[in-house]
Amino acid sequence: MKSDRDQVAHLMRRAGFGATAAELDYFTKNKEYSEIVDDLVNPQRFPEIDQAYLDRYYFHENMPGYVTKWLFRMLNSQRVLQEKMALFLHHVLPAAYSKCEHGPALFNEIDMFRSVGLTNFKTILLELSKDPAMIYWLDNNENHEGEINENYGRELLELFSMGVGNYTEDDIKNASRAFTGWTFTQPIPIYPQGHFVPKFEFRSDRHDYGDKTFLGQNGKFNGEDIIDIIVKQPATARFVCRHLSNFFVEDEPQVPAWDIEPPHHPELVDHLSRVFLESDGNMRVVLSNLFNSEEFKSAYDRPKVKSPTELVVGVLRQVGTYRDVRPGLENYLGTVKVMGQELLNPPTVEGWHTGQEWIDSGTLSERINFASSEFGNIENPGVKDIIQRVGSLDNDPEQLVDRCLDVLGNIKVTSQTRQELMEYIEILKKQEDSVTSADLIQMVVSTVDYQYA
Amino acid sequence: MVNQLKEKVLVVIQLTGGNDFVNTIVPYTNEHYYDARKKVVIRPDEVLPINDTLGFNGNAGPLKELYDNGKVSIVQGIGYPNSNRSHFRGMDIMHTCEPDIVGTEGWLGLAVREIDPKQENVLTGVNIGRGLPRALSVAGVPITSVGDIEAYGVLNDKEKTHIRDQSIQSFKNIYSQAIGMGPVSEYIGKTGMDILKGADLLSSVASKYDSSVEYADNSIAKSLRDVARIHLSGLGTRVFYTNHGGYDNHANELLTHPGLMTELAGAISDFMDDLEEHNAAEEVAILVFTEFGRRMRDNGSGTDHGSGGGAFIVGKNVSGGLYSEYPSLNPIDWEHGEDLKHTIDFRGVYATMLEQWLGIEARPIVKGEFEQIYPFVN
Repeated sequence: MKSDRDQVAHLMRRAGFGATAAELDYFTKNKEYSEIVDDLVNPQRFPEIDQAYLDRYYFHENMPGYVTKWLFRMLNSQRVLQEKMALFLHHVLPAAYSKCEHGPALFNEIDMFRSVGLTNFKTILLELSKDPAMIYWLDNNENHEGEINENYGRELLELFSMGVGNYTEDDIKNASRAFTGWTFTQPIPIYPQGHFVPKFEFRSDRHDYGDKTFLGQNGKFNGEDIIDIIVKQPATARFVCRHLSNFFVEDEPQVPAWDIEPPHHPELVDHLSRVFLESDGNMRVVLSNLFNSEEFKSAYDRPKVKSPTELVVGVLRQVGTYRDVRPGLENYLGTVKVMGQELLNPPTVEGWHTGQEWIDSGTLSERINFASSEFGNIENPGVKDIIQRVGSLDNDPEQLVDRCLDVLGNIKVTSQTRQELMEYIEILKKQEDSVTSADLIQMVVSTVDYQYA
Repeated sequence: MVNQLKEKVLVVIQLTGGNDFVNTIVPYTNEHYYDARKKVVIRPDEVLPINDTLGFNGNAGPLKELYDNGKVSIVQGIGYPNSNRSHFRGMDIMHTCEPDIVGTEGWLGLAVREIDPKQENVLTGVNIGRGLPRALSVAGVPITSVGDIEAYGVLNDKEKTHIRDQSIQSFKNIYSQAIGMGPVSEYIGKTGMDILKGADLLSSVASKYDSSVEYADNSIAKSLRDVARIHLSGLGTRVFYTNHGGYDNHANELLTHPGLMTELAGAISDFMDDLEEHNAAEEVAILVFTEFGRRMRDNGSGTDHGSGGGAFIVGKNVSGGLYSEYPSLNPIDWEHGEDLKHTIDFRGVYATMLEQWLGIEARPIVKGEFEQIYPFVN
């Protein structure tokens, strides 16, 4: 074995959407842990999903069509960290179709997130500031010289880069002035030509070319200058790295509490912040440091509640029903939604509240029943493979439980739960009619621990 | 005379999408209405008049009948200043009573917390549907969301029913052992146990219920039948919530809206009959609301998002009639030149239900003092 199965499984749950037993076999046999990390942050080494192929099978001009294809990418992309970073940026820099002039602008935004997620943070903020969906969502199209609209300027500092307490109201005003005239071309109506998405447009006639003072610096700043200053701030490095820790390592409190409560992993955040500043916000370098850190590797038992998207994609990867295009994937948009996450429609500019706030009795029963029913269908190709690997219930209960946990992606449960699963095997064995290891698997995916990534 | 022994129950029906109030309670003699509505219009001969100026949409016959029997209060012109036209934001505001900031606590979740502060009954608040509407969502307040009473709970898909009980027992063991495994696991463990408690309680519902009322086969009828079944099982539910979708009639409104009116009016009427049959109507009041009204001028096929909606309060103890004022239809009074101006704040309507029906102080829930109406029989 070239790498440790526990560590690789943990890495793939956090950096991706979980690995199947076969994938774990392959990774541990052929790759060192650090090589796997290196592959994750270098997606260009792997082929892209063929967009034209997807478009042939899934209707592409509406919201459900787009999100279905995104789910397909999460399920099947060999560039999985790219999809995970698109999801991360959708959480942290959220725009929603609840306020969206033109749906396809939002699709383009997610595509943009996919392409810039593993570049550097300056590029991310610059593309975000030029993104028509974001411009409309936060009213920057109404931000003109002499008639400043501060919405984007404020959120850029408060939610997208530095966090409250690290700038003044004057900084917001000056940042907003620098983004005057950053707007988009009006989209052409859909009929009869079809969609022409809006594009970024700089309107010099609306731009404020005057002197600005921002975070103690003075100049005739434009938006790009402001972003240049922002990404060099230690506060930005800390804020972004805490977001990464929240997304990949352990659930943090909700963002509004961050200026009061320290992070769960202060040393990791410090370390990543240094890397962020030294590398000019290079996300590959920062993420590579994160995944290779001892704090990350040992965080497999730290609470990180799967988002509905992570849960649904993780289960579907295991049960193997959408390893190629098939109708029906669009039905899972509703599944994710009733669990509390409607993709492309986060509730507010703060994004979704995550961690334990994903759970209430309604969403928890949806999560359990969904997972249990997917694994209960023994016709699903992945389930067949899992049952075969687990073997019959006649085996030693202890080995059986451990094998079952491993086959489901080397998942971890508490010792009490493990004990309870062993007792459940004894119960199953006493049944007269046919019970199989599928019954055991259903119980495993119904546990408290299964809610964690 | 209200039976003092029975605790009052509130049933809230959300008309999702923004119901077109002016085509629900139609100002059938008003020239401004006919000026504004060229195509998406209800003609005078299609309404069920309640007076010289207003009439029910002709498809809402059963509701009109309840109105004639004094069981329906029509609350006219509901809204709030600077009404938000986004469904999502609009609904958030209606759910949290927070028009200016993004609120996270739902008004009915807060009501449930007041009613059952020690969380003695996981069924104090019940949503009929999947997921949890924001109105019921408050951190730490358990609400039971029931998509399907018969299938409610976990591990129900086990075909081998004789292992179901033992499976549930194992599940229970696993979830109760999460206590002491850290705050998040503890919370998930408790939530899992709440699901089992709710499922236990609800498991008797189907067998206890017997009724001669035959509900129609549509979603709102099925939901209200579920409300009746749970209420009649005496499980202590004080707040029910459900929604009736499809009201976002930007296009082809005249093809879709009549059907919605038929479904809604029929379901409410059957529900009331069901309660009457079981001598359980006195303690129940229904509030029917929507996130906003629609634009005064139609767009040729449907209507776009507007403001100035309306609500119904229905029940045996309701003193039927018209409440608040119908918004002025005269274009000179319209907001932004295109929307009806509200005449009563929605928070006043909520306060009415909270204080006068459920007996809960409204101020901390609706965040302020708002003018109330008095729609209940003393």
